[in-house]
Amino acid sequence: MKRLVLISVLLCSYPLITLADDIASAKTPQAKGLAIAQMAEDRNTGWQDSEAEMVMILRNRQGRTSTRYVRTRSMEVPGDGDKGLSIFDRPRDVKGTAVLTWSHALKADHQWIYLPALKRVKRISSKNKSGPFMGSEFAYEDISSQEVDKYTYKYMREETLNGKKCYVIERYPAYKYSGYTVQVMWIDKKDFNPQKIVFYDRKRKRNLLKTLTFKEYKSYSVRGKIFWRANEFFMQNHQTGKTTSLKWKNYQFSKGFTKRDFDKNTLKRVR
Amino acid sequence: MRYLKYAWLIICLNVHAGEWSGYIAGEVRYFSHPPLSSEQYDDINVSLFAQPEYSHEWDNGYQNVVFVPFVRLDQHDSERSHFDIRELTWLKAADTWELRSGIRKVYWGVTESQHLVDIINQTDLVDHVDTEEKLGQPMINLALIRDWGSLDFFILPGFRERTFPGQEGRLLLGGMPIKTDQVQYESGAKDKHVDWAVRWEIMLDDWDIGLSHFSGTSREPRFIPEVDGLIPYYEQIDQTGLDVQFTHEDLLWKFEMISRKGEEGGVTALTGGFEYTFVGVFDTDADIGLITEYLFADYQTTMFENDMMLGMRFALNDAQSAELLAGIIFDLDNHSKFYMIEASRRIGENWKLTLETYIYSHIPADDLAYGFRNEDLVQLELAWYF
Repeated sequence: MKRLVLISVLLCSYPLITLADDIASAKTPQAKGLAIAQMAEDRNTGWQDSEAEMVMILRNRQGRTSTRYVRTRSMEVPGDGDKGLSIFDRPRDVKGTAVLTWSHALKADHQWIYLPALKRVKRISSKNKSGPFMGSEFAYEDISSQEVDKYTYKYMREETLNGKKCYVIERYPAYKYSGYTVQVMWIDKKDFNPQKIVFYDRKRKRNLLKTLTFKEYKSYSVRGKIFWRANEFFMQNHQTGKTTSLKWKNYQFSKGFTKRDFDKNTLKRVR
Repeated sequence: MRYLKYAWLIICLNVHAGEWSGYIAGEVRYFSHPPLSSEQYDDINVSLFAQPEYSHEWDNGYQNVVFVPFVRLDQHDSERSHFDIRELTWLKAADTWELRSGIRKVYWGVTESQHLVDIINQTDLVDHVDTEEKLGQPMINLALIRDWGSLDFFILPGFRERTFPGQEGRLLLGGMPIKTDQVQYESGAKDKHVDWAVRWEIMLDDWDIGLSHFSGTSREPRFIPEVDGLIPYYEQIDQTGLDVQFTHEDLLWKFEMISRKGEEGGVTALTGGFEYTFVGVFDTDADIGLITEYLFADYQTTMFENDMMLGMRFALNDAQSAELLAGIIFDLDNHSKFYMIEASRRIGENWKLTLETYIYSHIPADDLAYGFRNEDLVQLELAWYF
């Protein structure tokens, strides 16, 4: 009996079990949607820090392409949004430009840009999350740190997508300046990775705007826990016919970054 | 040339791991009015310039060397054909400090219309009238990075004289040649005077605050008039500066103030205003930013004693990064006006085209800018980045 108590204590204290229970026992679509989002966040918590290279290929309706190279560094901040540093390598005229972001769940993010020609660090307004990232089909809010509190949720149904059993949930941006009214999201039931997101526009009365597809998930082990990262994000804009393929390369974890690697001094120094 | 030798030494040592980038550009200038002096060229000028950059980092980015030479060849103005080492510097960073030594550029401040607090580097005025081009400054800079902000100490051995157009060049105040060969200093050490500076910077949530002090040779010369030109005179000054930015959602409040003590007592100047951005205008991805700043100074050697700047930044946010910045600075006392337009876009992956226009209008004879009344210009620049 004692042993049984011990086991159940262990089970209860293990958050995955509790969250999985939450999904199963949720009484409303809102509660179930939130539970799925919390589960996804829980699965993706504890990676601490990472570094990766990003190659973006912008393609317009005529098929003409334009390429961007960005290096990114990120760090988890317990109880707050992640910190991120992006360093631009291409196009060459913006080489050396860097953006530092301290994201927050509920208040506006802090953001600075370093302009290498003037050696100037500029604090910028982070309200503009709906604007395009480097002229691509990705908005800043699409690639910024995804916190549970940034949305409210609603569970819709279960559906099989590309052979994967998925939860389909709707999420509504809590941020009033978001470019979207609603996003419909497919999350696979096994690993809780987003598989597809469909975006509906705020500007043009809830019209279908974009579809984001996550391709080729790869697993990374950080201190015994498995984390999944997609090799490619593919964004299709249905209104303009433009697409952006965002490919991730050389994902590295456990870089040992500290808050010092995400301050204004480092922003001025990175190359 | 001594610096150049060191530069090559550094490059040779690190030849395997370093990286070259930079640009080569061509520029055409057109002046619509005839010059004030017969020695100055009329209408069109062509110029070529390049700024390669070598950088190498190691120690996980905690150490690096950077070498940035700059060269310009100008059709008419021999002073504008010039070479400079913008940067030749070694950096060592640690958890609580950063040490930089060599020739560098440092920027301080937050406002857009003018940069009062920014004082470390001398302006390369012959290169561009916007005063944003700077000459490399030799220095040793130690930064202490703590919870209470960062504290930067600078020792600045060696003074760089401001560059001016030659007597055959344009944008010369009143067409008067600047006799840089007869330059005068208050200090007996002349351009060997060792200046120093200190700056404290802190970020407190929505506030970015900087407090700085500089002691040494003024970057802004005064001019001693002679019959055939003006002699630059550099005095010793002590300048304290404050810059503050308050960022709230899409509204940025910016403020800079300086207090300067020189030979002729103390002066004060300030710039303050705000920038507001309308996001996704006209149902597109474009942004429009509005900038308003007030400029004040209690001394006469500036063009901005009691002036207002209104500016608009229009960004298409497209794949070519097309942008337009238009601004006007008008004198609230005598109604003289200065207009500027700056537009740029990328062409393909590696080219960038920039168009700039500066117009001086309604300048009364007693205004310092009167000397620029015939210097309206249009400038087209095409740069190739590698």
